[in-house]
Amino acid sequence: MIDTKVKIAGVEFKNPVIAASGTFGFGREFLEYFPISKLGGLSTKGLTLREREGNKGVRIHETIGGIMNSIGLQNPGIDAFIVEELPFLNSQDTVIIANVSGNTIEEYVISVEKLNQTEIDMIELNISCPNVKEGGISFGTKAEIASNVVTQVRKVCQKPLIVKLSPSAENIVEMAESCVEAGADALSLVNTFPALAIDISKKKAIFDNITAGLSGPCIKPIALRMVYEVSKAVDVPVIGIGGIMDYRDVIEYIMAGAWAVQVGTANFINPNACAEIIEGIEEYLQKEGISTLEEIRGII
Amino acid sequence: MKEGYREVDISSNTEIAKDIFELKVQLESNDSLGDPGQFYMFRSWDFDPLLSRPFSICNIEGNVVTFLYKIVGRGTNYLSKLKPKDKLKVLGPLGNGFNLNVNGKAALISGGIGIPPMIYLAKKLSTEIYFYAGFTNEVYYMDYVQKYVNKIYITTEDGSTGQKGFITDIFRPEKYDVVFTCGPSPMMKKVVEKCENMIPVFVSMESIMACGMGACLGCSIKTKSGMKRVCKEGPVFEGREVFFDD
Repeated sequence: MIDTKVKIAGVEFKNPVIAASGTFGFGREFLEYFPISKLGGLSTKGLTLREREGNKGVRIHETIGGIMNSIGLQNPGIDAFIVEELPFLNSQDTVIIANVSGNTIEEYVISVEKLNQTEIDMIELNISCPNVKEGGISFGTKAEIASNVVTQVRKVCQKPLIVKLSPSAENIVEMAESCVEAGADALSLVNTFPALAIDISKKKAIFDNITAGLSGPCIKPIALRMVYEVSKAVDVPVIGIGGIMDYRDVIEYIMAGAWAVQVGTANFINPNACAEIIEGIEEYLQKEGISTLEEIRGII
Repeated sequence: MKEGYREVDISSNTEIAKDIFELKVQLESNDSLGDPGQFYMFRSWDFDPLLSRPFSICNIEGNVVTFLYKIVGRGTNYLSKLKPKDKLKVLGPLGNGFNLNVNGKAALISGGIGIPPMIYLAKKLSTEIYFYAGFTNEVYYMDYVQKYVNKIYITTEDGSTGQKGFITDIFRPEKYDVVFTCGPSPMMKKVVEKCENMIPVFVSMESIMACGMGACLGCSIKTKSGMKRVCKEGPVFEGREVFFDD
């Protein structure tokens, strides 16, 4: 009997596949293609205290093996999310994770306080968005700054707290350890990689913000290495993110030490990607005679 | 529940002008195969290129859907190599198309590779239609569209067919009750400006998109009622709702 359940910070996921923040909206678009209750979990589009229009200019650029994006956290704001989106999400039988961003520590704290009053299952603190000018990734590069944000949020946060790490951290293991010490119940890694593309005919950067976040299969080997290193160093569950396109990638992350994964770019390539990955994992375990993910977790 | 990507047979894939291809695919569906202004995402490859490519419906006859595309990069270059019986993965129809419930004289104004949705629109509208088409040089598909419209106006940038110049140079909005347009953004902006506040004008916007089904927000544009996704709320918008320069 195959059992793909996984428990992270006291929250049970029916399988290890979570739709990654910023790639799944608030679930509605995908519900047209498959029952999203199949998902282990869903991390919402990045939420900020106030509504954001996002960035101007080009927002998506394709590279070999990847996509660069500069969406800039376009979202309706926490209050509108709670009223307009959360009732729908809560009606779906899957773990709902609110992904929270802010320009200042105070904004993170107020946002989390508002979410405390809701039925959200978990909070994912985004200290790693590369596409906003203030806050975002600036909290995610130096361990002591990240630690301060997590400490302040932990004081008020009544929900299980995931901290999402940036690959731009000066030292990913040190960053992970600092966040755990400051109160993270779990870690998710990694966010997109800050990257650059240039239009040589216009002789300028493709994106208005010059740099943008790179995701997709091209980042997987680096993200996988970071997940491997961090999961060896900390004693909280690690959620692997980066270039997962099919079930084989998920198995690699689990073998590298991840408890669960987040699937991002693949959702843009195929709206049924998460559903197909979940089926693929079950078939793999069946074929290999493995009954739980624990049997292969961190075997590398 | 909508179907995700489905594999379909290519019926034909023919170059009809330099770098412009006509692609016909055989689709099976119990639902509508699409309305004018709607589009499909294509991929004939696995993960390289990573993203699918969006194309507007140019025509539907029975179960055969026609698209026109121009070779501009790797994806369209791959598509151009496909032969009849080759397989293509498609997702669609997607987006919101044109409002067909209009009366009086309609002007349909297209430029460049904005022509495909206008062709299907001309076929589906049941009103007087005046078709304006701006080409760079080679003219295509005008013989087909002739039977569905009252008059065709053509411009070419090199003057080889029709009038020399841009199609917006010869468009006279005062003669019409409704205007539809699809083409380069500066062209559509000019059309909307020419219409002032006199007549309804509908634009089919183009934007780089990753998913095509509303998830990535990559194609969002600024409108008078907030940010809107070209792939989901669009691609058709009321022309005066859109901020073309943002």
